[in-house]
Amino acid sequence: MSNDKPGADHEYGFGTRAIHAGSVPDPVTGARATPIHQTTSFVFDSAEHAASLFNLQTFGNVYSRISNPTVAVLEERVASLEGGRAALACATGMAAQMTALLAILKSGDHIVAASTLYGGSVGQLGIGFSRLGIETTFVDPQDPDNFRRAIRPNTRAVYGETIGNPLVNVLDIEAVATIAHEHGLPLVIDNTVASPYLCTPFAFGADIVVHSATKYLGGHGTTMAGVLVESGKFDWGSPLSKDKFPEMLEPSRAYHGVKFYETFGDFGYTMKARMEVNRTFGATLSPLNAWLILQGVETLHLRMQAHCRNALLVAQFLSDHPLVGWVNYPGLAQSPHHALAKKQFRSIDGSPGASGIVTFGIKAADPVRAGERFIDACEFLSHLANIGDAKTLVIHPASTTHRQLDEAELLRAGVRPDMIRLSVGIEEADDILWDIDQALRQAAAA
Amino acid sequence: MNSISELRRILGTCKTIAVVGLSPQWHRPSFFAAKYLQAHGYRIVPVNPSATEILGERSYPSVTAAAQALAQTGLKIDMVDCFRKTADIGPIADEAIAIGALCLWQQIGVVNEAAAHKARDAGLVTVMDRCVKIEHARLFGGLGWAGVNTGVISSRRPQQLPY
Repeated sequence: MSNDKPGADHEYGFGTRAIHAGSVPDPVTGARATPIHQTTSFVFDSAEHAASLFNLQTFGNVYSRISNPTVAVLEERVASLEGGRAALACATGMAAQMTALLAILKSGDHIVAASTLYGGSVGQLGIGFSRLGIETTFVDPQDPDNFRRAIRPNTRAVYGETIGNPLVNVLDIEAVATIAHEHGLPLVIDNTVASPYLCTPFAFGADIVVHSATKYLGGHGTTMAGVLVESGKFDWGSPLSKDKFPEMLEPSRAYHGVKFYETFGDFGYTMKARMEVNRTFGATLSPLNAWLILQGVETLHLRMQAHCRNALLVAQFLSDHPLVGWVNYPGLAQSPHHALAKKQFRSIDGSPGASGIVTFGIKAADPVRAGERFIDACEFLSHLANIGDAKTLVIHPASTTHRQLDEAELLRAGVRPDMIRLSVGIEEADDILWDIDQALRQAAAA
Repeated sequence: MNSISELRRILGTCKTIAVVGLSPQWHRPSFFAAKYLQAHGYRIVPVNPSATEILGERSYPSVTAAAQALAQTGLKIDMVDCFRKTADIGPIADEAIAIGALCLWQQIGVVNEAAAHKARDAGLVTVMDRCVKIEHARLFGGLGWAGVNTGVISSRRPQQLPY
């Protein structure tokens, strides 16, 4: 029944933590479900209590832009699922990414990032951050040494995605983490597409994980949210890192002299992100939205299994389909990413669980036009710009999500002009295959 | 590694805590921890030879001096909480054993295995490389509000309000 060592704490499995972590019964009412603390502010017991809270000498809530008990349940739950030490929830995935990076970056600093990042992330780092004086070098992530070659003396973070979107490429997290650590830098990983059920990047050496919780964590396409998580294992005071991150070690100008790493130790980075960045930039998650995401997280383990099973069936079906020119899904044995998927992802029915994103191109004289016709012909596959929904979603990235990118950037992001991206949902597999098949036939017939 | 039930027992039993190396400066981690413990019902006994009074409590030059002074009022030191360098813990452990403390607690970054071993042999429970404030907030509520993974999974209604 249990492999626990005598006297040690019981180690709970993923499915139990997905439902319980962070959420004990309410101490006042006994409410078992997480209450929605829809309040902006929290009373102080006394002037002394207020001072202790503002000084961070005691834990507690002051104002929901800083912390909120409902949001905190989501933070602790994601921290637990990722195997991390602490987490901070933000209004969106983009806000979580911004907060994660601005906690350690300032004007004059440099990031090395995968060129295959989600288009919105390329925009945030490449354009948004460049306006703040933070420069990003985008490198082809397939060869981890590309990250090493781009690191400069002013580099402060290495950034990549577990599974790229929409290229569906798999990063060798361990190799890139080793390179980052050789330079005293933290590796930041966007784990949105894999979700912690399929992959926990901390197990391969990543130091900070960010999520768009809007996707698989929420899982129902209802709610925007983002989360950043720290492993608690990165040593900001090591000989290689201490001169790069003096703001982790020295008294904070933004928070009256607190030394975050010394005072909070292995969750000092999260406290810094909370008190210096989220508190002042204000991309806070609302309690109601945190609660909605929590409802999704409770079934994450079951949904991810279903997404993976359906996606593999779809990828195999497309591979065998006479009207399909190419298919990309790391769960397929013939995928160039299969070996890394096998190493890093949880096995589902003996195959590496590679999440729900499948891309393909139609065999046609004008494959771009055929792709557009395919999307228009779908009966219940939804044409929209999201992923990670219980519903199957379909989109043509070159004309939508990646429209702002020019041809060279499209190529660098791995977006072929004929690429159709499916976010395979958890409907009946037969029905998904039926809709794909009839839409392919219509696209080819036109 | 101490289990959750063991830490709950320590923090439930040890009500008088000698804080060795307690700083009088408000922004130092030792001050944070002692102030928190004081606000949560613990009697703090500062041990710092260069201070006279910290957090409204008289400061003593050593654990032994503190124990002797408290004995006059019928009080006993239950825990010796160490905010000192790992190399300095040996003599503090000897004092903790001599005064009959129940627990030798070494703070984050303080890991003196030999001192802990000696204390355990003398019947004390020992904790290393942990913060007494963070562990209290982890197990009795509060730390989760900071987004920290407490590791606590329970369907029981907490019997005290976190604050």
